[in-house]
Amino acid sequence: MFGAAIIGDSPEFGLLSAIRAGSENAMAELYDRYSAVVYSVALRVLSDTGAAEDILQEVFMQLWRNPGLFDSSRGKLGPWLAVIARNRAIDFLRKRRPETDIDDVVVSVEPDLAEEAQRARAMEKVRGVLSGMPSPQRSALEMAYFEGLSHSEISAKTGEPLGTIKTRIRAGLLALRKAFAT
Amino acid sequence: MSVHEQFAEDLAVYALGGLQGDERSTLEKHLQDCAGCRNELEQLRGDMSLLALSVGGPKPPARARARLLKAVAGEPRPVAIPRRRSWWTLIPSLAAAAMAVAAVFFWIENTELEGRLASLERQQATLQAQLLLAHEVVATLTAPDAMNVTLVAAKTPPQPQGKVMYVKDRGSLIFMASNLPAIPAQKAYELWLIPMQGSPMPAGVFKPDRKGGAMVINPPLPPGTEAKAFAITVEPEAGSSAPTMPIVMMGAGE
Repeated sequence: MFGAAIIGDSPEFGLLSAIRAGSENAMAELYDRYSAVVYSVALRVLSDTGAAEDILQEVFMQLWRNPGLFDSSRGKLGPWLAVIARNRAIDFLRKRRPETDIDDVVVSVEPDLAEEAQRARAMEKVRGVLSGMPSPQRSALEMAYFEGLSHSEISAKTGEPLGTIKTRIRAGLLALRKAFAT
Repeated sequence: MSVHEQFAEDLAVYALGGLQGDERSTLEKHLQDCAGCRNELEQLRGDMSLLALSVGGPKPPARARARLLKAVAGEPRPVAIPRRRSWWTLIPSLAAAAMAVAAVFFWIENTELEGRLASLERQQATLQAQLLLAHEVVATLTAPDAMNVTLVAAKTPPQPQGKVMYVKDRGSLIFMASNLPAIPAQKAYELWLIPMQGSPMPAGVFKPDRKGGAMVINPPLPPGTEAKAFAITVEPEAGSSAPTMPIVMMGAGE
């Protein structure tokens, strides 16, 4: 089930409230919940443990410095952190300044990703969707997501038309959405 | 809310950060005005976040946790500070209170000034009206072409006449005369204020015109002098400090 969720009584809401009040223990608990997601994305993009640790540090410190950056009424914290981590890792990979302000990112997706069992089930489902895609489509999606390539660069790399790359990327994302909507 | 089909694929590429150049700027401009496409962009970012789950990978090393918590401890957030409130945190409140007091003070002062200004404006209007009237009176009295007519009982031969208007408190005086006999050269008429007590006080030297008319306006007299009568004598042209007899005209207050 996709869509924005009001989670005022959720555990993460309580953690964020405590972090706003300056609780270091709450920050440690939040790290324990979501560090695996953040680190694995950064490591997949960068293939460098030291750089991935830097991204991990940067993402959580940004949340510590300004918990208000995350709007809990518009999605789950786990997916939001995953998007932030991926974007920062791509920026690092391409040696460029951050292109997206952290507070511009709004993520409407339901899986929390905080619990390991929940994350494992979600991982199995995502991998199933990806493996079911035609290879060129999966490849285009992964190049865009994990390598941060533009559709023009993917087109140049694969020799396929720009429009085709765009279509494959969108179709790939919609396939993931559909899988989690049922 | 629907998604504009022409932007649907660009939105997906944009969510992944892969849209460049004109396509990007065009889409960003469209997103400012289109809630449907903004909503779709959020959905696509959610879809995109699911890709993070396709990689398992190892957990971060323990040193990463220690590093983060050390950094957190070394960087207490400003929002925690209000629990240990120091005097300088009160500065904004004190400044606001001071500004409020100052605003009230200036409002009161402004109201008073406005009242005084209105009063002064009323006084000025009154003075202007009085001044205008005075100018008109003086202009009529002093106009060289003014016709001076003294009315007397019918069949009465013309007689020398004088009229004094005197305001004691101001020491102001206006004297008008008519039908005065011509006066020899080197001589002049002199008007005297005869006080209730003391010697007569000089109240102006004058010569009649060829028709016998004459006027004296505000001779130098001390304010507050109560007059018992006024008199006219003939004196040298320069005037005298004491009247020279005889008195040619005299009148007492009514």
